[in-house]
Amino acid sequence: MRTTKSAQESKKKEELIIQLKDVHKIYDMGESKVHALDSLDLKIHRGEFVAIMGPSGSGKSTAMNLVGSLDIPTKGAIYLDHHNIADLYESDLAQIRGKKIGFIFQQFNLIPNLTAKENVMLPMLFQGVSYEERQKKAEELLKLVELDDRMDHYPNQLSGGQQQRVAIARSLSNDPEVILADEPTGNLDTKTGEIVMEFLNKLNKEGKTIIMVTHSPELAQKHAQIVYWIKDGKLEKTTRKKSR
Amino acid sequence: MRSEYFSIALRNLRRRGIRSWLTLLGIVIGIIAVVSLISLGDGLKLAVNSQFGVSSTEIITIQAGGISGFGAPGSGVVNPLTESDATAIEKLDKIQYAIPRRIETLRMEYNNKLVIGFGTDVPEGEKEKFMYETIDVEAQKGRLLQDGDTNKVVIGYDLADPDKNGFSKAINVGDSISLQGKTYRVIGILKKKGSFIFDKIVLMKTPEMKKLLNLGESVDIIAAKVVSKDVMVQAKKDIEKLLRSRRGVKIGHEDFEVSTPEAALSTVNSILTGVQIFIVLIASISIFVGAIGIVNTMTTSVLERTKEIGIMKAIGAKNSDIFFQFFIEAGMLGMVGGLIGVLLGLSIGFIGIQGINAFIGAQNPFKINWILAIATLFASFAIGSIAGIAPAMKAANMNPVEALRK
Repeated sequence: MRTTKSAQESKKKEELIIQLKDVHKIYDMGESKVHALDSLDLKIHRGEFVAIMGPSGSGKSTAMNLVGSLDIPTKGAIYLDHHNIADLYESDLAQIRGKKIGFIFQQFNLIPNLTAKENVMLPMLFQGVSYEERQKKAEELLKLVELDDRMDHYPNQLSGGQQQRVAIARSLSNDPEVILADEPTGNLDTKTGEIVMEFLNKLNKEGKTIIMVTHSPELAQKHAQIVYWIKDGKLEKTTRKKSR
Repeated sequence: MRSEYFSIALRNLRRRGIRSWLTLLGIVIGIIAVVSLISLGDGLKLAVNSQFGVSSTEIITIQAGGISGFGAPGSGVVNPLTESDATAIEKLDKIQYAIPRRIETLRMEYNNKLVIGFGTDVPEGEKEKFMYETIDVEAQKGRLLQDGDTNKVVIGYDLADPDKNGFSKAINVGDSISLQGKTYRVIGILKKKGSFIFDKIVLMKTPEMKKLLNLGESVDIIAAKVVSKDVMVQAKKDIEKLLRSRRGVKIGHEDFEVSTPEAALSTVNSILTGVQIFIVLIASISIFVGAIGIVNTMTTSVLERTKEIGIMKAIGAKNSDIFFQFFIEAGMLGMVGGLIGVLLGLSIGFIGIQGINAFIGAQNPFKINWILAIATLFASFAIGSIAGIAPAMKAANMNPVEALRK
């Protein structure tokens, strides 16, 4: 059966990219057990801009780690692109997240002794991309975040906003489906924070799925289409923006 | 792809503090010891071998045994060799010629100063030519001795040198020197041989020496030339058999010694090799301590870079990627230590050889042992990377979530 291009696109929109099903995460602290996530269910569709909200200690960081396949759940299933990753070993997880997920951190987390360009090239190294190709891609991406004049600068020679833009470029280097941003503007002033958010919006419009973890309701409601509120390890409520 | 870890490792090394480099001292010192002593030892072997002066490897040396105390070879011997022994040896069919030699201490006076030195005799007739061939000498100034030279001597190169002869005055051809109270004219000065014995020797004709020192038929050494190198072993056996019957001793009770050049050198060489092995053992301990230092510094830097490891894992680094990065970094750390050690070790070896040369007046060239240098570099990389295995595994097995929290 043939479908039109627009139909294909709309179908893609509805496609699940990440699904958490009855996910539990229990930390064993010797005597006591901490139930960080308690039967959490989440569905994230391709192309959505999702915000995960919650006070500290709510379990949102744990949720983010699981969504980003940095960690595996104690119980439950996590589907990334229809594959259950809950039972995978660390090295397989690393390969998958390197390819499918781009991370943006509050602390920027660039490698200090590599230049901006080399930082952007690094994720591709782990995927076995050739040097020439990595270099070309890194230059393109840095141009995209308007840092083509800062390619050979080291992180400590860049401002916070510039570092976060390098981090955005880095997150895009393996062409991931999902960008996972953990408090991306948390260490930036309002104005540079806006610039960073504009880039994320732009990426979302180009079809990337954006998952942003934040504790700022304004930021979440301003940019995200869906906001998941997490409290005590459970999904408390879901709010949707009416218009897109 | 892995090759790129080398350049990343190099950068990580460059940002290391002095602390890391200090932990390398063990490796550096160990490798300095190994490299300098092996190259020094090689030079030492060359130097010792050249002291034997006898350049031909076809010469068998025969000495009477029972040497007591110090002194010139042959002195203090109970039953010395004689000229007729030499004549008998020469009659053996594997021997081309045999030269009876005397090596005596001489009281030398010149410029009102007294020096004790060595003199050796030059035989008469056709053996004179063989003698010069055996000890491999040529006149630098003047001429060598000939039959009929009376009251004439030829002296070694250093004995003519005012800085080295102990007389504080140069001896030239035509000068007179007093030996045992009798005056001799110097008619020739030998070319430098690089041997502390031959460069200070006094040569005189056999009748002259016998007269001066009142010597009889007894000789100190018999130097016998074999007809060809291949019959060396058989010639040695023949001489031993002959001397046993001439001296009336049984097998196993020989009071004389027949030595081939290889045998003499191999004794010296085996002692030197023993010394080298001992030093290499000591050096290995130092290198082992250095390796522990690398384990220590790598463990510290894994802990310091926990966050970085977390970031790398988040952006897709597999455990093996992290492992190799630290493994290679540790190897390169070891190799830097090895490089410093090789450079300093070769320098010390070079200075040492110059020192030995200056001391014994030889001119042994310093040769860089490239195989040793390159093997040492590889070995130090291996030592470093082996020391890095445990820390690298620690890094590789870190939980990314916990590492990122640091």
